[in-house]
Amino acid sequence: MKCIVCVNHVPDTEAKIKVGADGKYIDKAGINHILNPYDEFATEAILQLKEKNGGETLAITLGGDSHKETLRKALAMGVDKAILLKDDSVRDSLSVAKALAEELKKHTPDFILFGKQSIDYYNEQIPGMVAEILGLPSVTAVVKLTVEDKKVICHREIEGGQEIVETTYPVVISAHKGLNEPRYPSLKGIMASKTKPITEIQPIAVAPVVETITMFKAQSKQAGKIVGTDAAAVPELVRLLHEEAKVI
Amino acid sequence: MKILAFAEQRDGKFKKSAFEATQAAAGVAAKLNAELITVVVGNSLDGILSDLGKYGANKIIAIQDPHLERYSTTAYAKVIAETAQKEGATILFFSASQMGKDLAPRIAAKLNAGLASDCTAIRIEGSEVIATRPVYAGKALIEIKINSPVKIFALRSNVFTATPRDGAQVSIDNVKPELTDGDFTSKVIDVKVAEGRPDVTEANIIVSGGRGMKGPEHFQQIEKLADILGGAVGASRAVVDAGWRPHDEQVGQTGKTVSPTLYIACGISGAIQHIAGMSSSKFIVAINKDKDAPIFQIADYGIAGDLFEILPPLTEEFKKLLGK
Repeated sequence: MKCIVCVNHVPDTEAKIKVGADGKYIDKAGINHILNPYDEFATEAILQLKEKNGGETLAITLGGDSHKETLRKALAMGVDKAILLKDDSVRDSLSVAKALAEELKKHTPDFILFGKQSIDYYNEQIPGMVAEILGLPSVTAVVKLTVEDKKVICHREIEGGQEIVETTYPVVISAHKGLNEPRYPSLKGIMASKTKPITEIQPIAVAPVVETITMFKAQSKQAGKIVGTDAAAVPELVRLLHEEAKVI
Repeated sequence: MKILAFAEQRDGKFKKSAFEATQAAAGVAAKLNAELITVVVGNSLDGILSDLGKYGANKIIAIQDPHLERYSTTAYAKVIAETAQKEGATILFFSASQMGKDLAPRIAAKLNAGLASDCTAIRIEGSEVIATRPVYAGKALIEIKINSPVKIFALRSNVFTATPRDGAQVSIDNVKPELTDGDFTSKVIDVKVAEGRPDVTEANIIVSGGRGMKGPEHFQQIEKLADILGGAVGASRAVVDAGWRPHDEQVGQTGKTVSPTLYIACGISGAIQHIAGMSSSKFIVAINKDKDAPIFQIADYGIAGDLFEILPPLTEEFKKLLGK
């Protein structure tokens, strides 16, 4: 079984975001980048698929040299090999998806896993786009994955419940929190990751069609009123919500 | 010019977000002097279609088939994309619901269209549609435009208004789709619905608990207050990671981004990842014994005290007010 995880390199959740001098993207100076948290669930999923079914695992990312750090993390978790689609150009989701699909089809994967979304742009677009381009089924926001022979059963999160989706592989799946508990890289895994191969490949060029006009900081809310420090403040709080805010 | 709005239904009922998307699309259509086509996909929906008229739909294309009764990513994407092509629609609106976010990327790839996800505002500049959307979990916003011939916008739930007006006449075009087994390579075989409370992304009121709740057993108090208010229960990452609450309640950068009318944060200090997920709430109430907790920086009203003393009378007070 051949399983591939597509990963992204994103600012740490703790990062304080500053708009860069171009007014369109963030100032990356001093920002720590990590393996996208949702991609950890996706990586764990392909490792478990290999443990159960044998085969090989591969991690792919598209981006600059700094993305190698994130590939090393996936390798340290236990992925066999990695590919960096080396590219510093401005892309949108569709242009990334086209480049990924072009590379993915060379490998004839059985399972292509993504994190549900990257925690930078929150687009949630690339898994569905890649699946469509490759003519494969896709299941997104998956919290449970079972494979029986050729049949794949996924539980995907919807508003107030779950959908149980039946499909077959090859398939594209996007992993949601809850799918599994991602393993921590062992010391042995970290050592091994240093000698595992990262192949650099030039991806196909695709011009973006979604254009950022401007980026700005969200206006921070003004601190409001501390109504009190104990239960005596409760009637006043309820009155304010009812009469001033008019939300109850 | 034609604009297409996809109005999502589940179990024969429109989602509120379907009305939001329809009304937003109708607004854009009016400004661009374009024709609006509202597309509905499912089965046995004749009885509900005219409801869309109250939200600005006038021409409805209903794609109905017993095989479409349950959601299928591949089949729904196919029939919607084909309708857009046949009608020559160049701007498509979806809601950024779990269905919309699943469908729109596949349709974008089919139509070679740029897609703006999770938009929180739309404006028209000349003939251009400009979308605003949060990035870095709301720590920043971007304005974007789409330069491909076909453009797709998915609108965040609970942000755009859906105000019913006296319905205009709607024309309904029933379309029988041509589908084969090959169009259903993925299909929903069952749906498990969590009974009772609304989902955090759709709720008007969220009562949320953090580490200050001290243990999973105390979340009963959060649930009770949420139920009195008809709201959802939310949770911080810390309590989800500790296994006190299920993942689907997590609000924040690695959980859900929510925009309710009222967000009541109990025992939540307000870590940057949490604030990122809920700061677009219209009113925020914080209850936390640490008066220096960052959550008070963004709260409209706060009580800096022991939540275990405050939650029971607060629940009672709301109960009285609401006559429950």
